[in-house]
Amino acid sequence: MKYIDEFNDPQLARRLLDEIRATATEPWALMEVCGGQTHSIIRHGIDQLLPEQVELIHGPGCPVCVTPLEVIDKALEIASRPGVIFCSFGDMLRVPGTDRDLFRVKGEGGDVRVVYSPLDALELARGNPDREVVFFAIGFETTAPANAMAVHQARRLGLSNFSLLVSHVRVPPAVEAIMTAPECRVQGFLAAGHVCSVMGMAEYPELAERFRVPMVVTGFEPLDILEGIRRAVRQLERGEHRVENAYPRAVREEGNPAAVRMIEEVFEVTDRNWRGIGRIPASGWRLTDAFRAYDAEHRFDVSGIRTEEPAECRAGEVLQGLIKPTECAAFGTTCTPRTPLGATMVSSEGACAAYYLYRRMNAPAVQTGGSAQREEVAPVA
Amino acid sequence: MCLAVPGKVVSIDDSADPLTGLIDFGGVQKQACLEYVSDVKVGEYVIVHVGFALQRLDEESALASLKLFEELGLLEEEFGDAWEQAEKEAGTA
Ligand code: SF4
Repeated sequence: MKYIDEFNDPQLARRLLDEIRATATEPWALMEVCGGQTHSIIRHGIDQLLPEQVELIHGPGCPVCVTPLEVIDKALEIASRPGVIFCSFGDMLRVPGTDRDLFRVKGEGGDVRVVYSPLDALELARGNPDREVVFFAIGFETTAPANAMAVHQARRLGLSNFSLLVSHVRVPPAVEAIMTAPECRVQGFLAAGHVCSVMGMAEYPELAERFRVPMVVTGFEPLDILEGIRRAVRQLERGEHRVENAYPRAVREEGNPAAVRMIEEVFEVTDRNWRGIGRIPASGWRLTDAFRAYDAEHRFDVSGIRTEEPAECRAGEVLQGLIKPTECAAFGTTCTPRTPLGATMVSSEGACAAYYLYRRMNAPAVQTGGSAQREEVAPVA
Repeated sequence: MCLAVPGKVVSIDDSADPLTGLIDFGGVQKQACLEYVSDVKVGEYVIVHVGFALQRLDEESALASLKLFEELGLLEEEFGDAWEQAEKEAGTA
């Protein structure tokens, strides 16, 4: 067993794997929704340790990857304006827009700042009353309580120079979109643990019932993931489809009610475009009318943006679990972390980046000459 | 960004609005908003995501996670210099 000694408890990992092996009598395909889990799986070679019958399909749970190109282009446009301080999490710096990224905008003189928390952006707004401070509010349900608090505080403090460029997404509608797609092969889900820390588990029983899929709330450390898989496979073998919590140390049934209340005060559910996937009904949040003044899209005129996706990028299929990154012809050739064509190759949670970083360079399309060193893969431009 | 890191509450500033505390992530200390876990006490462990504590965690699993995150270089990824990383990725460093 290749990587198992790197696990924090190799013995327990071995036991879980043995149990999965003993339980799985039929082929099963499970989807991990969260990009953090995808990285953990690839990094630890969990997919290679599993018995052949159990396949992991990588899901769309990377917020950086699914932020639509149009919104990235809006961010680039706003960040280029004089008088603006544009604040973002570090992950967004190298995400390609139609013809550049935030990193480039900064090089061209834009005031782009990396913040650790949206409250840091709020501080910048307080300290720079003569500048417009815009925060790039992306993320799933885990990030929403933070962004909601930032805008709530801005209103309380009467800050008129702070706004959010919002591109928030929600997991349950994405699960529904995946399950209703005609090509769907997913038979069970590892539900994203930290999303459930906030939202609780109430949204899942209906989905598990309707699509007859087990949904196991799972953390993203290697042992958590093995335990999630073990429980999902056990349910599948028994013909069950329940919601189970395999991450009780961080997830309570009710989630975090205070955080949910704040989200509901500031945001309302809306349809959203997902990069590479398209429109998913009710899959996102936007600011409510009461907070519209803090919406950067209202404050800045960013209409008339024309976007162009690189034709060869198949990130949409990767994000829906329809293909593995290595099945994309551009993977490791024209598309590398240095010359990314899609966001899934640059985000720290993107599936393409995970495969590239952890040297899954065995795709037929990739000529590495036997060497899988990431720096040695020459871009064929 | 999606990483939620466990940390220990070192001190709580009751006068701050929203409620704020200093959190120790295995050596790196940062302020975080405690408003969503408002009855947390000094010495307890919480899971922090983009500067907000989202849930409590028991000490044993918090320490195990932190050790693993450190070994995997995830703490550096989360708290390190994003510009430096972007430069490296772009090949301009
Ligand atoms: S390898 Fe690159 S081009 Fe291919 S799907 Fe991934 S991001 Fe897109």
